[in-house]
Amino acid sequence: MGSPEPLEKDSVERTPSQGTRDATEPRIGVFVCHCGSNIAGVVDCVKVRDAAEKLPGVVVARDNKYTCSDLGQEEILKAIKEGDVNRVVIASCSPRLHEPTFRACIQRAGLNPYVLHMVNIREQCSWVHAHEKENATQKAIDLVRMGVSKAARLEPLEAREVPVERAALVVGGGVTGIQSALDLANMGFKVYLVESKPSIGGVMAQLDKTFPTGDCAICILAPKMVELSRNPNIELLSYSEVEEVKGYIGNYDVKVRRKARFVHEDKCVGCGVCTDVCPVKVDNEFDMGFAKRKAIYVPFPQAVPLKYTVDKENCLHFKKGKCQLCVKACTNKAIDHKMEDEVLDFKVGTIIVATGSETYVPMRKGVYKYWEYENVISALELERLLNASGPTGGHLIRPSDKATPKRVAFIQCVGSRNKKIGNNYCSRVCCMYAIKNAQIIKEHEPDTEIAVYYNDIRAFGKGFEELYHRVREEYGVEFFRGRPAKLSEDSATKSITIRAEETLLNKITEREFDLVVLSTGLVPSEGSKRIGKILSITTSPDGFFMEAHPKLRPVDTAADGVFVAGCAQAPKDIPDSVAQAKAAASSAAALMLTGKVRIEPLTVAIDEDLCVGCGLCAELCPYGAPELYESEKGGTKARIIEALCHGCGTCAASCPQKALTAKQFTDEQINSEIVAALTPICGAQKPPQKKNAETEV
Amino acid sequence: MSGPVTKDARSTEKTHEPKIVAFCCNWCSYAGADLAGVSRLQYPSNVRVIRVMCSGRVDPAFVLKAFELGADGVIVAGCHPADCHYINGNEKAAMRGDFLSEFLEDAGIEDQRFRMEWIAGSEGQKFADVVKKMVAELERLGPLCEEDV
Repeated sequence: MGSPEPLEKDSVERTPSQGTRDATEPRIGVFVCHCGSNIAGVVDCVKVRDAAEKLPGVVVARDNKYTCSDLGQEEILKAIKEGDVNRVVIASCSPRLHEPTFRACIQRAGLNPYVLHMVNIREQCSWVHAHEKENATQKAIDLVRMGVSKAARLEPLEAREVPVERAALVVGGGVTGIQSALDLANMGFKVYLVESKPSIGGVMAQLDKTFPTGDCAICILAPKMVELSRNPNIELLSYSEVEEVKGYIGNYDVKVRRKARFVHEDKCVGCGVCTDVCPVKVDNEFDMGFAKRKAIYVPFPQAVPLKYTVDKENCLHFKKGKCQLCVKACTNKAIDHKMEDEVLDFKVGTIIVATGSETYVPMRKGVYKYWEYENVISALELERLLNASGPTGGHLIRPSDKATPKRVAFIQCVGSRNKKIGNNYCSRVCCMYAIKNAQIIKEHEPDTEIAVYYNDIRAFGKGFEELYHRVREEYGVEFFRGRPAKLSEDSATKSITIRAEETLLNKITEREFDLVVLSTGLVPSEGSKRIGKILSITTSPDGFFMEAHPKLRPVDTAADGVFVAGCAQAPKDIPDSVAQAKAAASSAAALMLTGKVRIEPLTVAIDEDLCVGCGLCAELCPYGAPELYESEKGGTKARIIEALCHGCGTCAASCPQKALTAKQFTDEQINSEIVAALTPICGAQKPPQKKNAETEV
Repeated sequence: MSGPVTKDARSTEKTHEPKIVAFCCNWCSYAGADLAGVSRLQYPSNVRVIRVMCSGRVDPAFVLKAFELGADGVIVAGCHPADCHYINGNEKAAMRGDFLSEFLEDAGIEDQRFRMEWIAGSEGQKFADVVKKMVAELERLGPLCEEDV
């Protein structure tokens, strides 16, 4: 993300320095965690503790079964008090997991939270060297020696507190984004909801019924969509894209491009006269191409906002410069072909990413002949064909001859659990929607033969297994375990023969069907990559956004103040998406309710006496934190605007005068780690005796 | 120092155990190394990771110091180009990496001993592979300083 606005001077509050024990002479406490058997099963923790005890500066060394537990933390508190400890080293899991826990812990003991150093002997030692216990123990000892060496040089730091803007940005207007926006708005926060399509609703709006209860999707979604549009706290920015986000937690400056819909939203009443007179007919994406729409359109009748949009690609006015039929028809003068994109700027404190997913399209030719055979369709296409408000009024037909299919096959795991295409994951919804759709077809046409070719049926949710059994036993849907090997089409009837190995019976079968439905999995949505870049949030190997911790921080991201929910994080069904939407909303609300947040004081400090004003730091910093000025003592100098500094330390690595110090990652501290890492080769080092002791080699 | 700390059991073994210092940025590479652990991917124990907030923090002097003190290999690992948590610190690291490579070559240090790697938070496997590959190469090259054997 880009550079934030400088903070008002008085908005940066200094928290009083914690602790009185931060005397210069290091008295280090080392705590080695067994983590049950996670560490102790590989690393000899007692040996590590014994080694730590002998290190210079160490006054206390302990090993605990679980250092992060209440008991473990109590022991740290006790040791700090009894041993008059002023620097703490904890050898346990990754600092990315428990650093906040232990900072709070030592703060309770009266120490500054930043005189802590965590040594990672779990993720980066015991877990990755499980079969070489001796080497792992030696490595743990080395790592602890490095940590102790750095800890001896740690200085207390003071955290900054910044205000949190009481407004949120929600990106994505599917059921997840809608729920998050509603929850936040109902708590009294201002919400900007940005949706790239002309209407909110997302994929859920396209579905027929939902598993396992059979609620009609749009019937339960539409009221929420309307509620959202009427909520005075929500600004709905449909047909818009997030273009830029700058700043940091609590203080994000957002730029949103409102794409020109060539219809003034304030004037359009959604009467539809324009669409009646429009002469252009194109495939309606919402109906998966099974129905047509006009060049001026709403994607579906329940669209929110119910405002028409001109499709520039197909509109005759744009293509040939002639047609003005809709303009003439509109009594409110809402249509304006000269309309241009607008850019909207606003400020928010938190961001929820709910960019959702798309269904996998079997792009590779030959994948179950999706592109070759008319009667091979995708699951989302079936949803539209079964939908009462869909192109066939809910009457199932097959594309080739519009006849009602009497033999229907479902093929599972298309685009999921498939190493060949790189989608190793299970999409979590395909088993259940196939079962649900089989039930709907049976209800419409009870004499339809239905066969489901599956790998494993994953009916894991509440009421799922029950539905699976009902469909199998009461409705007589047949389930065959095995991936079909070959599909072939009868050129006359356009029916399709599936050749498959039924692995439970250990035999090859061939069976003819009128319609074949591919249960396509979910993939990250098209726009999510762009949003990920803009917000600097990372993805998992599967391409979905990565959560800060898979279990304990499921909706947080690596960027503070940015949360993720729904299918943007991983494929999931509607109940799970809504649950995450609510979780993200409450996490964002917690920040905004407090109204202020502490930011890590890991910034860069400058020694202006050493600075020669060369300006290299100012040139390198992407945030504009270093600023050149004319010193009273004479000459150009640089100074650091702390609120702008993100603490990467790139300037410190480049300063030819060594005038810059990256706090908690100082040259002296890093050098001491290098020395300690290579100590068996180059000999021991003594702890610093005075504040700015040179690293001894 | 006394006791087990200074005792390097491995230095008495016949085969050379290379020592690698890896500077990993907090957001991508260090997270990638953590993911290797969470995924229980096994790699040789020769690497000692030093966490920095950004690969841009790595002063070429750190790398030279590591070699000077007897490291057989040094890795500087950051976020992939255009994925830097600090916009472009990794690009600056890459520029320094190019300069370092040339310098090390002039100093007679084989180029396999110094690596700039882009490792994302999702690339636990890549972290493990980078370490494995470097250890194999360094074993073949032998120690940087003969007296270390």
